[in-house]
Amino acid sequence: MDTIFNPLVGGLLIGLTATIYLLTLGKVIGISGILSQLLFSKERFLPFLFIAGLIIGGAAYGTLTEQTVDFPEIRSPWLLIASGLLVGYGTRLGGGCTSGHGVCGISRLSPRSIVATATFMLAAILTVMVLN
Amino acid sequence: MSAIVTILAGILFGLGLAFAEMTNPAVVLGFLDILGNWNPSLIIVMASAIAVGMLGYIIKKKQLKPLLSHSWQVPVMRQIDAKLIIGAILFGIGWGLSGYCPGPGLTALVNNPAEGFYFVIALIIGSGLHHLQSLSSQK
Repeated sequence: MDTIFNPLVGGLLIGLTATIYLLTLGKVIGISGILSQLLFSKERFLPFLFIAGLIIGGAAYGTLTEQTVDFPEIRSPWLLIASGLLVGYGTRLGGGCTSGHGVCGISRLSPRSIVATATFMLAAILTVMVLN
Repeated sequence: MSAIVTILAGILFGLGLAFAEMTNPAVVLGFLDILGNWNPSLIIVMASAIAVGMLGYIIKKKQLKPLLSHSWQVPVMRQIDAKLIIGAILFGIGWGLSGYCPGPGLTALVNNPAEGFYFVIALIIGSGLHHLQSLSSQK
């Protein structure tokens, strides 16, 4: 059960948050888009609050439950930098990431998001295949 | 009021990612490694998030406008173009390299700062490169 409980509750929370955000503020949650608004738009206050909340929420779980996050050993900075550059540029060129396309886009059956999600999943799976 | 909803949404979303263990790149890479020791748990995360998300769009149809805003700002583009595909391929390669997509990368600033620092700096630079490119193409 444990193996189902956490992903199920996590997924329900993510979906519930996207729904509340949609019905109150009228917008979709896309982390890459919100981050780029925080960095490059003139209206930075709300994006700042969202990103701050995201980091607090992501960090609080480990604190609340004393769950030790099973990270692998710290990896090469070059790998992380290459990854960050590709994720940063790619998500903006493609107009979304796992949240904007993967969750919010598929939820409203957007053809763009379905194609984007299938594409980035496949690219990520092939990358892992090559690396391993 | 919008500010309160926004920060609460951020916190809840972060908690969801953490509960789902998407904040842990080892779990994400395990999901992407379909030929190896495959960990299918992220399918449950995606499916349950999308199921609840779909309910949201069903409710939206019966709602004239958002509760705290004047109009809907849901993306309406339907065109599948080269930018979408190339962007998704680049993002997928980056995601597969580290196991971080933008949200979990940001939470790594606190959860695993030795990794999060490099990833987020590069994430900002990558995002900035695209911003500069789109500014210069507008001129």
